[in-house]
Amino acid sequence: MALKKEHDLHKRRFGRNMGVGLLLGSFVVLVLALTMVKVTSNGFQFPQTQGAQD
Amino acid sequence: MSDASINASTPRDDEASFGDYFALLKPRVMSLVVFTAFVGLMAAPVGVHPVIGFCAVLFIAIGGGASGALNMWWDADIDQVMKRTKSRPIPAGKVEAGEALSLGLALSGMSVIMLALATNVFAGAFLAFTIFFYVVVYTMWLKRATPQNIVIGGAAGAFPPVIGWIAATGTMSVEPWLMFALTFMWTPPHFWALALFMRSDYDDAGVPMLTVTHGRRATRVHILVYTVLLAILAVGTAFSGIGGPIYLAIATVMNGLFLLGAWKIFRRNEDDSEVDDFKAERSFFKLSLLYLFLHFGAILVEASLKPYGLGGW
Repeated sequence: MALKKEHDLHKRRFGRNMGVGLLLGSFVVLVLALTMVKVTSNGFQFPQTQGAQD
Repeated sequence: MSDASINASTPRDDEASFGDYFALLKPRVMSLVVFTAFVGLMAAPVGVHPVIGFCAVLFIAIGGGASGALNMWWDADIDQVMKRTKSRPIPAGKVEAGEALSLGLALSGMSVIMLALATNVFAGAFLAFTIFFYVVVYTMWLKRATPQNIVIGGAAGAFPPVIGWIAATGTMSVEPWLMFALTFMWTPPHFWALALFMRSDYDDAGVPMLTVTHGRRATRVHILVYTVLLAILAVGTAFSGIGGPIYLAIATVMNGLFLLGAWKIFRRNEDDSEVDDFKAERSFFKLSLLYLFLHFGAILVEASLKPYGLGGW
């Protein structure tokens, strides 16, 4: 039995889904910001690749 | 789809909301973790980029929240019995115990890895140890085995400023352990005062609280002894690297009041307390909340003033 587009389940779980969505979105933004800070810091170095070692 | 269809066809008033899952993380305990971890991070003698500092405090808080969820999973049986905890999401029937376990494990792993990546591996490892200590050593092992459970639990709750310090510096020194000791010594009088006026709760749950195993007179003595030791430690901290004149002034006043409160509790007997519905015990408990907040607040102020040549001695 397929769920209708506006099934009661969707209404009841809207708040929960919205919360999870916002959390995941915030996490992505946070990881992006953290990465930007790390790679622009003075002590940052790219790890040595195999080609560079040769 | 069949499972979803069956669940969907029977609307439940008690279906878990986003807030119920958040409640599994013990937000009130998390606020203490956020504050003390932030103070530990700020009191460290090195500068931290605001984004990294924010991430560090956030992941320490998530780790603390994960411990809370795992604690609720394990303690679901006794939470059901106690008035103070029976409205928690699992005993209230909103969230399954297994969901709390999954959430706790997932957030534990995520917070430890992210803290290690954002700051350093030492901080991540220390957060992992803290979660292990709170969940396994305290919740699973000693909480139901010894009346000193509050002391052990206090140790777990006292680690966040140490993790904050390590996140900033990558090393260990004596100052974060002074912050640890402050929370560690503060926890027993804080909770034993609560146990004195919430007595039936712990009795009903069969948790070996000091009030039950050693009696209420012994609990009053314990509160006084811990408060005296705490006062010596708290005022002594004023003369360390994280102290200063502002901290000393606050510590002197607050410890004076705290000692007075503990003395009042020590002098009273059960009849006195019954007459005024544990007024002295209740006000001591309220004062204890302000006590910890002001001590850590003073450490934060001293640390914030240092760049301007004002904080510390």
